[in-house]
Amino acid sequence: MLAVPSLIGVIVVAFVLTRSLPGDPAVYFAGITADEESIAQIREQLGLDKSIFHQFIVYCKNLTQGNLGVSLNTGQSVASELSARFPASLELTLTGLALALMAAIPLGILAAVNPNTWIDHLCRIFVTAGASTPIFFSGLLLVFVFYYLLGWAPSPIGRLDFFYLSPPKVTGFYTIDAMINGDFETAAAAAKQLILPAITLAIFALAPIARMTRSAMLTAMGSEYVKAATANGIDRRKIIFVYALRNAMLPLLTIMGLVFSYLLGANVLVEKVFSWPGIGSFAVDALVASDFAAVQGFILVMAVMFVVLNLVIDILYTLVDPRVSIDG
Amino acid sequence: MGDLLLNKKMVRNTDTKLDPELSQHSQNSATPEQHDWRQQTWYILSQNPISMFSIVLFLIFILVGITGPFWVPFDPIASDTSIALQAPSFLHLFGTDHLGRDVFSRVVVATRLDLWIALSAVSISALVGTSLGCLAGYFGGWYDRIIGRIADTILAFPLFVLAMGIVAVLGNSLTNVIYATALINIPFFIRVARAEVTIQRNHQYVQAALLSGNTHLRTLVFHIFPNCLPALMVQMSLNMGWAILNAAGLSFIGLGVRPPVAEWGIMVAEGANYIISGEWWLVLFPGLILMLAVFCFNLLGDALRDLVDPQKRT
Amino acid sequence: MAKPFLQIKNLAVDFATRRGVVHAVDDININLNKGEVIAIVGESGSGKSVTAYSILNLLGNNGKIAKGSITFDGMNLENPSASLLKDIRGREIAMIFQNPMSTLNPIRKVGDQLSDMLRQHAQATNQTAPRKVIELLHKVEIQDTRRVTNAYPFELSGGMCQRVMIALALACNSRLLIADEPTTGLDVTTQKSIMDLIMGLVKHRNLAVILITHDLGMAYQYCDKFVVMEKGQVVEACDDHSLFTSPQHSYTKKLLAATPGISSKVEHLTPTVPVELSKPAVEIEKKELLKVEGLVKTYILKSQGGFKSQGNTFNAVDGVNFTIYQGECVGLVGESGCGKSTTSRLIARLEQPSEGRILFLGEDIGQVSDRDFIRSPRRKDIQMVFQDPTGSLNPRHSAFQLISEPILRLQKDFNKANLKDQVYQLAEKVGLPLELIYRLPHQLSGGQKARVGIARAIALNPKLLILDEPTSALDVSVQAIVLQLLEHLRREHNLSYLFVSHDLNVVRMLSQRILVMQSGKIVESGETAEVMSKPKHLFTKTLLAAIPQLAS
Repeated sequence: MLAVPSLIGVIVVAFVLTRSLPGDPAVYFAGITADEESIAQIREQLGLDKSIFHQFIVYCKNLTQGNLGVSLNTGQSVASELSARFPASLELTLTGLALALMAAIPLGILAAVNPNTWIDHLCRIFVTAGASTPIFFSGLLLVFVFYYLLGWAPSPIGRLDFFYLSPPKVTGFYTIDAMINGDFETAAAAAKQLILPAITLAIFALAPIARMTRSAMLTAMGSEYVKAATANGIDRRKIIFVYALRNAMLPLLTIMGLVFSYLLGANVLVEKVFSWPGIGSFAVDALVASDFAAVQGFILVMAVMFVVLNLVIDILYTLVDPRVSIDG
Repeated sequence: MGDLLLNKKMVRNTDTKLDPELSQHSQNSATPEQHDWRQQTWYILSQNPISMFSIVLFLIFILVGITGPFWVPFDPIASDTSIALQAPSFLHLFGTDHLGRDVFSRVVVATRLDLWIALSAVSISALVGTSLGCLAGYFGGWYDRIIGRIADTILAFPLFVLAMGIVAVLGNSLTNVIYATALINIPFFIRVARAEVTIQRNHQYVQAALLSGNTHLRTLVFHIFPNCLPALMVQMSLNMGWAILNAAGLSFIGLGVRPPVAEWGIMVAEGANYIISGEWWLVLFPGLILMLAVFCFNLLGDALRDLVDPQKRT
Repeated sequence: MAKPFLQIKNLAVDFATRRGVVHAVDDININLNKGEVIAIVGESGSGKSVTAYSILNLLGNNGKIAKGSITFDGMNLENPSASLLKDIRGREIAMIFQNPMSTLNPIRKVGDQLSDMLRQHAQATNQTAPRKVIELLHKVEIQDTRRVTNAYPFELSGGMCQRVMIALALACNSRLLIADEPTTGLDVTTQKSIMDLIMGLVKHRNLAVILITHDLGMAYQYCDKFVVMEKGQVVEACDDHSLFTSPQHSYTKKLLAATPGISSKVEHLTPTVPVELSKPAVEIEKKELLKVEGLVKTYILKSQGGFKSQGNTFNAVDGVNFTIYQGECVGLVGESGCGKSTTSRLIARLEQPSEGRILFLGEDIGQVSDRDFIRSPRRKDIQMVFQDPTGSLNPRHSAFQLISEPILRLQKDFNKANLKDQVYQLAEKVGLPLELIYRLPHQLSGGQKARVGIARAIALNPKLLILDEPTSALDVSVQAIVLQLLEHLRREHNLSYLFVSHDLNVVRMLSQRILVMQSGKIVESGETAEVMSKPKHLFTKTLLAAIPQLAS
């Protein structure tokens, strides 16, 4: 629940930030030909003639009713726009995170079990290089190699090639929805579209996870209890996976929230490179057009995700670490 | 970037745990002379070629940043469409772009701008973040709660998106890119400084300083802060890399630096349209150099950490 | 003659470090038969732990046995194969470590850790493990087996954790037990019960034991054979207690003299009595310097995760009264967590008392907030010597800077030209060689660092010096010298000390009067000789009985 004050902070900052975006929405809505009077009228309609404080109260009231306002760009309600695009972003981010975890944790363990050997150095160079690569650059590079040179990947546009129909919505994840529908061809096509952007994200997230795993494993392997377990003749495999790894998971869990938040930010660039119809690319367009309701909505969705994520992490933490209990 | 995350819960100092007797022993045998640390630095670097590599690379980048504009073969912004989109050749080492500009010259000239953005942004955030973090760590209580909330609130945004928003609000200019980059780096300095001060303030030398008649503020600034510097230096190096990435990302989506100025992010963005038709050099070279610069600062951070505290390297 | 059960021959161990190869131990010879208990005694850096760890090949990645052989019951252990190690570790040779709280896996239940051990060495199956675990716990005299098996280490006390460690070590009927400072970090009263437990089990099973310790008293009390180590070498080995009556090597003599016994005097802690302490001390006239009345320090216990701080309070210091006369040393003794350190910080005005009065020469300095006290003229009159000589010195300041700090900040008629002389004089006073004065703390030895800390504390001629466990981080031989220095300074400058320590034996030597503290309260006070010979309170008695003693 510690995230609640942050959430309030985010709402305030998001409000102030978007009200200070350049451009006057009333002028935008009224159209180019509108005169002063009709602009004033629209301003009144939008509530923009009221004080900032008043506007904030109205905004909060609308929030509690799930009303995020109307997007200037598309004329649709922001809530429906976001909910339509949100699964695309989530599917991409989660796939990227899963790939990163699958690669990074073994790498981290490998490096920690062989500290200061060439294996360790190689792991370090590899993940550091991943974190050093600008996400738009690695995305373009992957497109060049796998689409242009090798032709293995489909053209990097959207979630599904145009001659497939999007599957009926259940979860909003195309791959899963298609499988639920029994349409494995579409599922495979969706997966093919997904794989390159997901890898791009994963490369970026490798480093923090792998390095945290390594350092936490090193700390655990150097601890007194591992030394004692070794002296007591406990199997090395058991020491690594039961004694050291479980303890190493704790610091790893604490950084997962930040890793996820990084991935959400990186999403914006990936979605732009791969023309992915998620909330990130939506937000970029909205920002450029000073579409404040849309930007606000986007930031709020992100903040809510952040809060939910931290909650999940806290729960996981109490499950792994007996020293922390939920009731304090 | 990974390292920014790591300082949150760092378990310190397992070095001597392995063998408490050993550290004592080596202390006895070594002569405590001034050249001691220099010798040790050299030993650590020679043991770790990667650190050595990063330092050399860093010096090259600095050199190119300073002297680059004076020796590039072509004017970085003079276009000549008759030689557009030429593949790398002996004359144009990195090829030419869609306006016939020499990619090599542009990449070289861009070094100064990119490093400058990163350096100024990181300096601002280090100054602000460290001061706030020190106050929070030393005085605790309300200072800590409020400053902690500020850091948490910033971190509750996807940081890149926040930077985008700030640039959009403040106006699309280079200075605003610097401010935005500085702002999103502040929480990391707050955290590191706070964590370090919290560790240091539990040392008894702090109480000794108070007994010697130092006020709390004086103790914090003259006794505790200097002992936090190594950790902050490491953080600065890592944030440099990240600031470069961030600034390039902003210009990639069209914020901040505007064409025809040579900047790595813009160059990649401009080349992006040509990659699916096979003109790879437009993206590859600026992207690669950009990556190398970030890579260099990340490794440099590792190298510094290695010198300061070997167990903290991750 | 039959080969000994354990034979270490010409052992040398090297470590690869950043400063090059370090020879941790060299040319070690140790023989041990079944049923024998051997003590490896030495100060920090002597290589006693390295010697023991090399038996089980626990030298880490950077350590290796460079020379010599280790034979255990006919098996060669100096270069063991992985499968041999698997058979030996925990099954044939068991080990107990110091800091029991950190030697158990913090997030695994105690019962699971015990059954890991049993199943690893085929002592139990999944079905029989729970029953065997309970049997094991009974053997180490744990009654509350159900709670302990389901507990995580953090839910148990230090002594309880060490009992569990002993149960782990003895799970497999091993034939050799290595105990590495098994009671360091535990309170004295717990120390005794743990050692008695180990020794009882060992005698019962006729185990061979290696006890690694820095405490000669403990070695004397529990061991049959002795090896004294210094700087990676065995300086003296002895097969009976004659080591204590007629030591051969000068280092052993020094160590024996420095170990405080029940009747030893501070001037006799070094083989020769220092000149400064040769004259008898002058009588103290009863002139009141400090009077503490009804001192209370209350802490609010924070509840985790919530915003409301609940009404949970805890009195770390709970109504303490005492007086210190001018020129007197008063000892304040108690176990960890009894509130003695809080008391010292309150009097040093580093913390704000919740209730009560601190009268210093009649003036209530408790009224001044700790923040304002820095500017009070009394600041320089109350100074402190800290427990950890390393941690209490700013690592970036040279000895000169450290000693001059209080002069720069607090001395009214401060004269820059005199500073150098003043600091040099102080260094001389505490016996710090002048050629070391520009060195940084890490370039000084433990004893030298302690001297810097003392010089800093007496720089402004304080009236009251609070000694907060000033020697507990030091080796006994260094402790001896520091204690003598403190005693000398008190006599020469008529200083008053509040000597805070957990070690009754050490406090006794310096103090004229003793206060015994338990759970925030002073439970006994009186003249030193009287408290030592006729303790009234039960806690004082336990404390006295628990100290391992050398025969006089």
